[in-house]
Amino acid sequence: MIRDITIGQYYPADSLLHRLDPRVKLMAAACYIVSLFLFRNAAGLAAVTLGLAGMVWLSKVPFRYMVKGLRAILVILAISALFQLFLTPGETLVAFWKLKISREGLVNAAFMVVRLTYLVLGSSLLTLTTTPNQLTDGLEKALSPLGKIHVPVHEVTMMMSIALRFIPILMEETDKIMKAQLARGADFESGSLVKKAKSMLPLLVPLFVSAFRRANDLAMAMEARCYRGGEGRTKMKPLCYHQRDGLAYLAVAGYFAAVLFLRRDL
Amino acid sequence: MSIILDHVYYVYSEKTAYETQALKDICLKIGDGEFIGLIGHTGSGKSTLIQHLNGLLRPSSGSIYYQGQDIYDADYSRKELRGKVGLVFQYPEHQLFAETVFEDACFGPKNQGLSKKEAQLRAFAALRDVGLPEEYWYRPPFGLSGGQKRRAAIAGVLAMKPEVLVLDEPAAGLDPKGRDEILGQVAALHRDLGMTVILVSHSMEDVANYVDRLLVMDQGSIRLDGAPREVFRHYRELEAIGLAAPQATYLMQELAGRGIPVDAGATTLEEAKNSILQAFAKIRTGRL
Repeated sequence: MIRDITIGQYYPADSLLHRLDPRVKLMAAACYIVSLFLFRNAAGLAAVTLGLAGMVWLSKVPFRYMVKGLRAILVILAISALFQLFLTPGETLVAFWKLKISREGLVNAAFMVVRLTYLVLGSSLLTLTTTPNQLTDGLEKALSPLGKIHVPVHEVTMMMSIALRFIPILMEETDKIMKAQLARGADFESGSLVKKAKSMLPLLVPLFVSAFRRANDLAMAMEARCYRGGEGRTKMKPLCYHQRDGLAYLAVAGYFAAVLFLRRDL
Repeated sequence: MSIILDHVYYVYSEKTAYETQALKDICLKIGDGEFIGLIGHTGSGKSTLIQHLNGLLRPSSGSIYYQGQDIYDADYSRKELRGKVGLVFQYPEHQLFAETVFEDACFGPKNQGLSKKEAQLRAFAALRDVGLPEEYWYRPPFGLSGGQKRRAAIAGVLAMKPEVLVLDEPAAGLDPKGRDEILGQVAALHRDLGMTVILVSHSMEDVANYVDRLLVMDQGSIRLDGAPREVFRHYRELEAIGLAAPQATYLMQELAGRGIPVDAGATTLEEAKNSILQAFAKIRTGRL
C-alpha cells in the first residue's frame, strides 16, 4: 500500500536520461515546467506532449510505473478542474440550477488537468532518473555562485539530500510499524473520521519516536566522522560535463524556443 | 494440523525493476503444540514467510490454511486470525506507543473487542508471563531498558492469547543474560501453556537449546526440515548456505573423528558435556 507512492523515488535503468549530468536535468525540468504554463493553443499542447513523450521514451522507465504516482494527486486534479469548469465566465454551454459551464471553462479545465498531470510526470521523471545524491550534487554545483553572497548552499543541499534519503526509510518504517500494529488487531481503515484519526495514534507515536532516534543517530555518526560542512570538501565523483550534456542543453533550448514560437497569436 | 502452507510463492514489487522472488514453492505443515526454529541467512525469506502465517502478506500464488480453513476465503476474518496467530516482529519495542506499559499491553485485547475489564486481566497475565517486574508496568515504555521494552512488547502480543506465537529474532541485540531470559520465558510458554511456538533466529545455539523441529531456509525455499540433531548432521550443507552448526557439534564431530567414543550428534552444551563425561568414564574403567 505504502509502496505505491512513486514521487521522489529513483528507478534504476541504463538510459541516456540516467547518464545525463544532473545540472542539465534540473535545468530541463525547470524549463519544462515553465513551458507548461506558457502554451495556450493546440499546437503548443502538441509540443509539450511530444516533449514529454520523448523524454519518457528516452528514460526507459515503464510508463505504468510513473502513472502510479498520479494517483496521489487525483483529488487536487479533480478539484482544480471543477473550479475551472464552473467558475470561468464566458459563452454558456450548459446550465443547470445555479451552475454554468462555459466554453472557456471547458478549455481551461482541460488545460489545467493536462498541465498538472504533465507537471507531476515531468518532475517525477527527474527524480526517477536521478539518484538523490546526484540531484543534490547537481543542485549544489548549480547554486554555488550564491555562496558568494553568503547563502549556505552546502547546508541547504545537505538538508535536502538527508530529507530525500529519509523518505524511503521512513516509508519502510511506517510499513513495518503498520504491520506490527495490524498484527495486534489494529484497524486503520474502517470507522468514522474521528475513529480513523484516533487509530493513527499507534502508528504515529512510534514513527515519531523512530524519526527522532534516527535523526539523533545520524547527527552522532556525522559528528563522529568530523563533519564540518562543505568548506574545503572535495568530491569522490566530481561532476563534469560531457558532449551529450552540451547537446542536451541545445535540445532544451530548441524545445523552449519552439514552445515560445507556437505561443504567438496566429 | 494447525497451519498448512500449500505451494506458496511470494514476489516483492512485482513487474518493476525491484522485483524479487522472496518465497518459492513453500509447502509446510505446522502441528499444534510444536516448537519450531526457523533459521536462514539474511534475505533468505524468513521474515516474509512468517508474515504469511497471519495474513499480513498475501501469497502471489498458493494457499494457506489455518485449522483447515483457507485464510483467504471471502468470509474468513483475518483480523480474528491475527489474534490467534500472534506475531512478534523484530525489535518489537519500536511498536510501543501508549502512555504506560500496561495500557500498551491492553491494545491488542481491546482490538479483539473484549471489555476493558477483560483486556486488563489479559494484559496483567501477559506482563506476568513475560516476567516484567510490576514496578515498570505503570511507567512510560520509552524509559525502560532495551530488554524490558522487548518484554513489554512481547506481552502486547501475548495479551491477545494467541494459539500460535511467532517470534522474529526475539533475542536480537540483547546481552547474553537478556537473551537467555527471553528465550527461557518463550520456552516456558510452550511448556506450560502448550502454545505452538515458531522462533526465527540467526543463532544456532539458541535454536539447538530450545526447539523440537528445525526449518532451514535458503533463497526463498525450505532446504532442511527435521529435529535439530538431524539437521545439524548436515553441517557441511549448512556451511554451504552461509550458516553453521552449533559449536558443540563441531567439537563432538572432531572428537568422534579422533576415535573417542562420544555422541557425534550432540547439539547442545549440556548434551556434549554429558557425552564427554561418559566417554571419559568409559575410557578410565577400560584401562583399570
